[in-house]
Amino acid sequence: MLSRTADHLYWMSRYTERAENLARLLDVTYQMSLVPKPLAAENQNWGAILALNSLDEAFFARYDEANAENVLRFMVLDPDNLSSIFSCLRAARENAHAVRGTLTSETWESCNMTWLEVRDQKIEPILAGGIGAFFEWVKLRAAVIRGVTFGTMLQDEALSFIRLGGYLERADNTARILDVKYHVLGGGHGEEGASDFYQWGALLRSVSAFEVYRKVYRDIITPARVAELLILRPDMPRSLHACLHGVVKTLDAIRNPQSAETGRLAGRLYSQIHYGRIDDVLAGGLHEFLTDFMDRIYELGEGIRHDFLMPEC
Amino acid sequence: MDIFAAVRAMTKKFFDEMHAADGSVRPHYRVYDEWLARTPAERIERKRAEADIAFRRVGITFAVYGEEAGKERLIPFDIIPRVIPADEWKALQGGLRQRVKALNAFLGDIYHDQDILRAGLIPEDQILNNAQFRREMIGVDVPAGIYSHITGVDLVRAGEGEFYVLEDNLRVPSGVSYMIEDRKMMMRLFPELFARHQIAPVQHYPDMLLENLRTVAPAGVEDPTVVLLTPGVYNSAYFEHTFLAQQMGVELVEGRDLFVDHDTVFMRTTRGPQRVDVIYRRLDDDFLDPLAFRKDSMLGVPGLLSAYRAGRVTLANAIGTGVADDKSIYPYVPDMIRFYLGEEPLLNNVPTYMLRKPDDLRYVLDHLPELVVKEVHGAGGYGMLVGPASTRQQIEDFRARIVAAPEKYIAQPTLALSTCPTFVESGVAPRHLDLRPFVLSGKDIDMVPGGLTRVALREGSLVVNSSQGGGTKDTWVLENNGRENASC
Repeated sequence: MLSRTADHLYWMSRYTERAENLARLLDVTYQMSLVPKPLAAENQNWGAILALNSLDEAFFARYDEANAENVLRFMVLDPDNLSSIFSCLRAARENAHAVRGTLTSETWESCNMTWLEVRDQKIEPILAGGIGAFFEWVKLRAAVIRGVTFGTMLQDEALSFIRLGGYLERADNTARILDVKYHVLGGGHGEEGASDFYQWGALLRSVSAFEVYRKVYRDIITPARVAELLILRPDMPRSLHACLHGVVKTLDAIRNPQSAETGRLAGRLYSQIHYGRIDDVLAGGLHEFLTDFMDRIYELGEGIRHDFLMPEC
Repeated sequence: MDIFAAVRAMTKKFFDEMHAADGSVRPHYRVYDEWLARTPAERIERKRAEADIAFRRVGITFAVYGEEAGKERLIPFDIIPRVIPADEWKALQGGLRQRVKALNAFLGDIYHDQDILRAGLIPEDQILNNAQFRREMIGVDVPAGIYSHITGVDLVRAGEGEFYVLEDNLRVPSGVSYMIEDRKMMMRLFPELFARHQIAPVQHYPDMLLENLRTVAPAGVEDPTVVLLTPGVYNSAYFEHTFLAQQMGVELVEGRDLFVDHDTVFMRTTRGPQRVDVIYRRLDDDFLDPLAFRKDSMLGVPGLLSAYRAGRVTLANAIGTGVADDKSIYPYVPDMIRFYLGEEPLLNNVPTYMLRKPDDLRYVLDHLPELVVKEVHGAGGYGMLVGPASTRQQIEDFRARIVAAPEKYIAQPTLALSTCPTFVESGVAPRHLDLRPFVLSGKDIDMVPGGLTRVALREGSLVVNSSQGGGTKDTWVLENNGRENASC
C-alpha cells in the first residue's frame, strides 16, 4: 500500500483517539473540580493539562489565568489551538478525506459527520448546558467511528495502520492521564480521605475503569492498584499493557525489511511491562516511569514514520 | 394536469428530446411518459428529495474555482432521463469511433512525419507555434500509437438526426463518475423503470477503462501496475479521481508518492518501492514534471518526462494531446478524417469562424449579438460570450477583448440546442442539454452506450458546465428503440 495512504490512515486513527482521550482527560478534571477544594488547588489541576501538552506558552499568550472556563475554551473548540478537540476532529477528517477511497463509505461518512457536527458547535451553549454532555458526545462519536471501521473494513494492511495508530496514541494518552492525575493527587502520600475516594473514582471513570476496578479488586480504591490496573493489567483495554500488546502484534503483521529495529524496540518496551511489577514501578517513581514510557512511545512513532510512512527512497 | 405544458409550448422553437413539434410524445419516451402520468406527484417529490440527500451523504461534490477555498457544491441531478433510441446511438457511435481514430492519427502524425502540414491542410504556424504543441514529444513512439486514451466528445443536437460536435476533450476529460452515479441513483429511485425498458448498462465503464489502460502498457510488461495520478484533494474533480481509482482497484497517487530512478517510475509503499507501468493522469501537462515543464509544480514527478520518452512508462492521455482539442484546430477535424481515413465525416462540426482570419474577424465583429465567441484555449464555460444571452455592455466589453487579440478567439453561430423536460423551481420546463460520451482507445476503440448528459438549469441558458450552474441527467440508450419489454 502507498506510504502516504498508510500515513493518512494512521493519523486519522491517532487524531480520533486523541480527541476521545482529551475529552476523557478534560472530563475527569471537570469532575474532580466539582469536589470542594481551594481555588488555587483547582487551578493547579487545569494548569497541569496545559503543561502536559506543552501548551503553556500558547495559552498564556491569549488568556491570563488557567481556570476552568479558560482552559475549557482553549482545549475544546478553539480552532487556533491545534491540540483542541475541535482541531483533532478536523485533522482526523482531513486525513480520512485524503484516503476516502481506501475507507469504506460508512467509515468515511461517520468521520465526516463527526466533523460536520463539531464544526457547527459553539462554546457558550456547551459551557452553559453542561460540558459533560459534550464529552459524552465526543466519546460516543469516537466509538461510532471505531465500531464502523472495525465492523466494515477489510482486515488488510489498511486496517493494520488504523489499528497501529490507535494503539500507539492510546498508550501515550493513558500514560498522560495517569501521570497528570497521579501527580496532582499526590499518589499514595496524602491522607486517603473521602475526597480522595472521589478523585480516584473520577480518574478511573475517565478511562471507563471504575466498574472494572471493582470487579477486579473487590476492594477499596488505592493509588497503587489504580496504577497497576492502568499500567500492567493485560485485560484492561486502555492499559499500557493492552495497548503495547496491540502495537507489537500489529507491527509484526506489517513488518517490512527495514522495520526490524522498530519491532525490537516495541518488543522490549512490551516485555518490560509484561513482566513488570507495580511495586518496582512505584519504587522507581511513577512519574519517572511514565515519562520514560512516553519517550519510548515517541521513539516508536518516529520509527514507524521512518520505516513505513515516509520512507526515504 | 399537464406537467409538460411549458415544454410543449417551446417545441416549435427548439427540438425537444421528448416531445415532437406537434406536442406528441416521441416513441422512445412513451413508456416513460405513461409511467410518469401514473406516478403521484408526491412520490416524485419524495424521490427527488431522496436523491438530494443521498448525493450529499456520499459526498458526490465538486469544488468551484474562485469560490471560498475548499467549498464543495452538489452537482444538481434531474430525474427525467435523456433517452436515446438504439439506431440513433449506433449512428453516433460510428461517428465517434471515426473521429477519435482520426484525432489519434493526427497526433501521431504531427509528432512524427507531419504529413498533414506538408500536404498544406493546416497552416504550419498553427501547429508548431501552438502553446499546446509539445516539442518534447517529437519522435517519441507511444504504445499502440494511442495518444488520447480517454476522449470526451461534446455533442449537441440542433434537430432531428442533426448532431454536432461542439468540442473534443483530449486532455483530462472529466464527468464519467457522474454518468455512473446518475445511473446508480436512477436504479435505486425507480427500479420499475428499468424493468419496463431495455436500457444499456454503463456501470462497467471502470472495468473497460482498466482493461484499456493495461493494453497500452510499455512493451514487455507482463502484468502492468496501473495508478491514477491526481493533483490532490483540492482539485475540482477529486471525487471522480477517488471514485475511479476505487472502482478500478488501483492506487490513487499524488506526485509526491512517485519517484523516478534510472528512467523507471516507482511508488513509495509500506513494503518499499514498487514499479509503476501505466499512469492514468488527471493532471495537466504543465504540472507533470517540474524538470521539464513548470518549475514551480509541486504536483508532478521530477524525471517523469524522461522516463516517458524512454518508453518505460505509459501516460494516459499522452503528453501534448492539447494541440488536437484546441479550438483553433477544431475546424480542421473533418479534414483530418478525410486525410487519414479517406472517409467522409459522420458527425458534423459546427461552422466556425477563425478570428485570426481578417474576413472572419470582420464578419464576427458585425454580428456579435448572434454568435457564440470562445477563447481558443478556454474550457469549462469560462471566458466565453453567448451573444443572444448577453447585455449590450457585456458584448461591448467582449468586443474590446477580441480586438485586442483576435487570434485568441473563435466564433460559431448560436445553435438551437435541443431541450429536454427538466424539473425546475416552477415545475417541469424545457432546458438545453448536451452529451459527452467517453471514448476509450487502446487496442480497439470502445465506449459504454451514452455518456454524461449535462443540462443548463437556468432558463434559456446554453452553457451546461457544472461550474456555470449546470446539472446532469441519466442517459439511457435503449436497446430496442423504445418498445416496451414483453415481460411487463
